[in-house]
Amino acid sequence: MDRISLTTPLSGNVVENLRSGQRVSLNGIIYTGRDAAHKRLVEYIEQGKKLPFDLEGQVIYYVGPSPARPGMVIGAAGPTTSGRMDLYAPKLYALGLKATIGKGRRSPDVIRAMRKYKGIYLAAVGGAAALIARSIKEARVIAYPELGPEAVHELLVEDFPAIVINDTLGGDLYDESIKLYSEHREDGRI
Amino acid sequence: MLEGLQKALKQEVSINGKEIIQQLLANAEIAREEKIPICQDTGFAVVFVELGQDVRIVGGDFYSAINEGVRKGYTEGYLRKSIVNHPLERENTGDNTPAVIHTKIVSGENIRLIVAPKGGGSENMSAVKMLKPSEGVHGLKKFVVEVVHAAGPNPCPPIVVGVGAGGTFEKAAQLAKEALLRNLGEESKYPGIAKLEKELLDEINRLGIGPQGFGGKITALAVHIEVYPTHIASLPVAVNINCHAARHKEAVL
Repeated sequence: MDRISLTTPLSGNVVENLRSGQRVSLNGIIYTGRDAAHKRLVEYIEQGKKLPFDLEGQVIYYVGPSPARPGMVIGAAGPTTSGRMDLYAPKLYALGLKATIGKGRRSPDVIRAMRKYKGIYLAAVGGAAALIARSIKEARVIAYPELGPEAVHELLVEDFPAIVINDTLGGDLYDESIKLYSEHREDGRI
Repeated sequence: MLEGLQKALKQEVSINGKEIIQQLLANAEIAREEKIPICQDTGFAVVFVELGQDVRIVGGDFYSAINEGVRKGYTEGYLRKSIVNHPLERENTGDNTPAVIHTKIVSGENIRLIVAPKGGGSENMSAVKMLKPSEGVHGLKKFVVEVVHAAGPNPCPPIVVGVGAGGTFEKAAQLAKEALLRNLGEESKYPGIAKLEKELLDEINRLGIGPQGFGGKITALAVHIEVYPTHIASLPVAVNINCHAARHKEAVL
């Protein structure tokens, strides 16, 4: 299936035209952040401090990469479970963040925030971390180095593969997929 | 695991599902070529020790030696350091120690070490429940399927499902983890349990979650169940989920 090529920072127009289930490939700068970094980003926002990067039109990739071997850009770099960032994500979408990349479901609050602030949620393939690393061309830590794998990295990506899970209209690929293939009752009970 | 994924690729009917399995196979190939981990979450180092009762360990502390091995392995192998020092203070220990070590005393004069690094994403989707004995096999199946359903796309399906039934609260959880050590798809030695494993795998794969939750028939690659005697009042059941990156290595000293 064809991939839609996206270049960061993302414009509102491009994001609003994407639909759940579409495959995309990202190009340009994206930022990493997971549990500990998100806690700090939101603390900074609450204290009115300047963030390590401008959120407008940006993409945050939920990842804690493994260390790079000498001569390599990065180690393995697949997505982590997004649900742990649900508490923080609405605040970031409200400040102009356009997309997050991870794996697994988002909370109703995050889905509401994406509809309200016109953001999307993308999934990368969990466990395809060596494959994904190939699309990362440059990587550098730009904030919180003391957090080790949880530090905020700036990544330059080329043809980074992802799929739209939640779009700006409330579409949800996980819900749509399970409905297509489930042979169980709605609640999963047997 | 690669064989399991190859087999799953043939059985999967969803286009999305097939594409994911192909990517996982390609990923394994790239990881081998470039000597990088298949998944960046190189886990909590869970070490199962079978200590022969005739062994005498001299020259230092055994658990310190295991932790030293973990420190060296994770540092020299460029693996991710994923452990924080305290569940609430959460400062990274910087070397992936300490390990979680389970020790069993066995007969003989060998030490068998099984290292089973465990990723956090799938571990987080695991659960224990104290069922009533009257709930029986139906209750067990219902609970296991509910846990997998609730986990949905989060633990990186296709998954391996380890189930521990019986014992006490903590024994069931440990059995569930031990169940994950079995070779993929190796049946229980008890025919009744082996049948239950097949039935549960079928039920789980009818949920429709599919690879990565993108829909399909292959949500789990295998269900492994371990059992133990239990109290007249109890039916503990634990479900430990492993992602498709189920990594184990063993050595005998």
